[in-house]
Amino acid sequence: MIRAFWQRRRIPLASLMLIRQPVRLIVALAGISFAGILMFMQLGFRDGLFDASVTVHRLLDADIVLISPRSTSSVSMAGFPRRRLVQTMATPEVEGITPVHWNLLLWRNPETLGTRSILALGFEPGQPLFTDSSLAAKANLLTQKGRVLFDEKSRPEFGPVARWFREGKTVESEIAGKRVRVVGLVGLGASFGADGNLLTSSETFLDLIPNIPSGSIEVGLVRLKPGSNPDLVARRLQTRLPDDVTVLTKQGFIDFEQNYWRTSTSIGFIFTLGAAMGFVVGCVIVYQVLYSDVSDHLPEYATLMAMGYKLKSLLGVVVREGLLLAVFGYLPAYAAGQGLYLLVRNATQLPVEMNTDRSLTVFSMILIMCMLSAGLAMRRLADADPAEIF
Amino acid sequence: MVNTTLSVDIHSLSHWYGKGSTRRQVLQGVDLQISAGEVVLLTGPSGCGKTTLLTLIGALRQVQEGSVEVFGQQLQGAAKGQRQRLRRHIGMIFQGHNLLRCLTAEQNVQMGADLLPNLGYRARRDQAREWLRSVGLEDELSKLPHDLSGGQKQRVAIARALAAKPQLLLADEPTAALDSGTGREVVELLKRLAREQSCSVLMVTHDPRILDVADRLVRMEDGRLHQTVR
Repeated sequence: MIRAFWQRRRIPLASLMLIRQPVRLIVALAGISFAGILMFMQLGFRDGLFDASVTVHRLLDADIVLISPRSTSSVSMAGFPRRRLVQTMATPEVEGITPVHWNLLLWRNPETLGTRSILALGFEPGQPLFTDSSLAAKANLLTQKGRVLFDEKSRPEFGPVARWFREGKTVESEIAGKRVRVVGLVGLGASFGADGNLLTSSETFLDLIPNIPSGSIEVGLVRLKPGSNPDLVARRLQTRLPDDVTVLTKQGFIDFEQNYWRTSTSIGFIFTLGAAMGFVVGCVIVYQVLYSDVSDHLPEYATLMAMGYKLKSLLGVVVREGLLLAVFGYLPAYAAGQGLYLLVRNATQLPVEMNTDRSLTVFSMILIMCMLSAGLAMRRLADADPAEIF
Repeated sequence: MVNTTLSVDIHSLSHWYGKGSTRRQVLQGVDLQISAGEVVLLTGPSGCGKTTLLTLIGALRQVQEGSVEVFGQQLQGAAKGQRQRLRRHIGMIFQGHNLLRCLTAEQNVQMGADLLPNLGYRARRDQAREWLRSVGLEDELSKLPHDLSGGQKQRVAIARALAAKPQLLLADEPTAALDSGTGREVVELLKRLAREQSCSVLMVTHDPRILDVADRLVRMEDGRLHQTVR
């Protein structure tokens, strides 16, 4: 196999044509890398923002989630009767439930005393809320009234809460005019809707927002026995329960949230458009480079045709030039993407990370970009008339 | 040396350029035979149709009227693919050297050798080196055309044309860009190497100093051929 390949090996015309014109090669690679970086950034921001909107959702220890049909997103959760959640216990697959209060509250920055909304979750400290077991121990600290767990990944505008806490200070602040004390830190992460998060007990939560109708909750977590099918149970519960409650699987709850940001805001469109711009810019640059490359070498291509080379094998040279440009333009874009993601993570706390999906998407886009441009530049080759070179 | 089989056999070949009122006849009933191994020189004033005749024999242009047979293959009405395959057996040397700028001398010659079927990479590379040695450029293997003199470039072009083992060599004023001494050298080299391969040569030239290398001289005027036997 390798031997046969070696036997058929020829002069690597495509790579030589690129290498022997270093300035043009650098321009082309810079252009492709730039387009790639642009796509990485735009798609990274988009996915990061969508991912961030469900950091809390993903952590919930639930197979099925009950919400009010009037809820539209995590920043506007409506209440529904708590007894609906209790009713699910009648289903044999259900193992446990956790009622959760979920609302935005105004947090006073203990340093500057300015206020800012923060997403607060209220639950019974003894009941499981997150799959993360390290949280269960901290939840015990909430049994006393007026105690909260603060998300250390919250944006700095909420004040140096985490730093003070680690330094051993007593961190106290005000929510809705009531004094609260930070008794622990958790790591959740900021999202679109919420710049920060805090956890507290149901008792404290109800104390902070006194006008909640009694017996009303915003989110109901349902855990199923091992081996049950959440989709099936969710469908059955939905038909059994009155329509003042919506039954979702955990994934359905995540989709519900992401769908809101995707469809009800222009974020998805803006960033996709940004990525498309990168694609177009890249196309123009690669086309320019390949077109002028073919034009400059037209007499040489014509000479090869006169020698008896097939047009097809010459088109192959252009295609290979495109392929080489795609691969060697992608690599620096990938490296730069990694670096920029790190910057973005540090600056915004958004979970922007390089993943296989996105790196493949961007590579395919660059490949399409280069092949499209090569295809267009090839048309110039049709002008190579070997009869004209004598 | 000259055997009786014909490399080129042309009968009443006519050719026109342009269409409608601007249509202009460049070849008028040309007849020409070239035997295998024969060296024929074609002279005549510029614009008389010499290059057109060369491109028709070289299967670079569609034959319009008349019959052109190269190695027994009729080119009248031949498809593109057939002409492309035939071109592999015809070596061409141009007024300019037309070397690939991005390739070294050795790689340029190997582009010719690469056309040979059933030959491994190393064999083709060795052949390329062999040809460069026979044109006296064994020390310039890895030089780019940019770094070679005019005569050296033309010698690389000859090596490239011969590396494909052609049975017919078409050359269009190969000495035009060279000084007289170098031109003479290149043409003699060309003739000697073609002879060794028993390859026929049809060379267009204006250069009166090289006429004596020909077996036969043919003169063209206003699209008509006048045979001159020496």
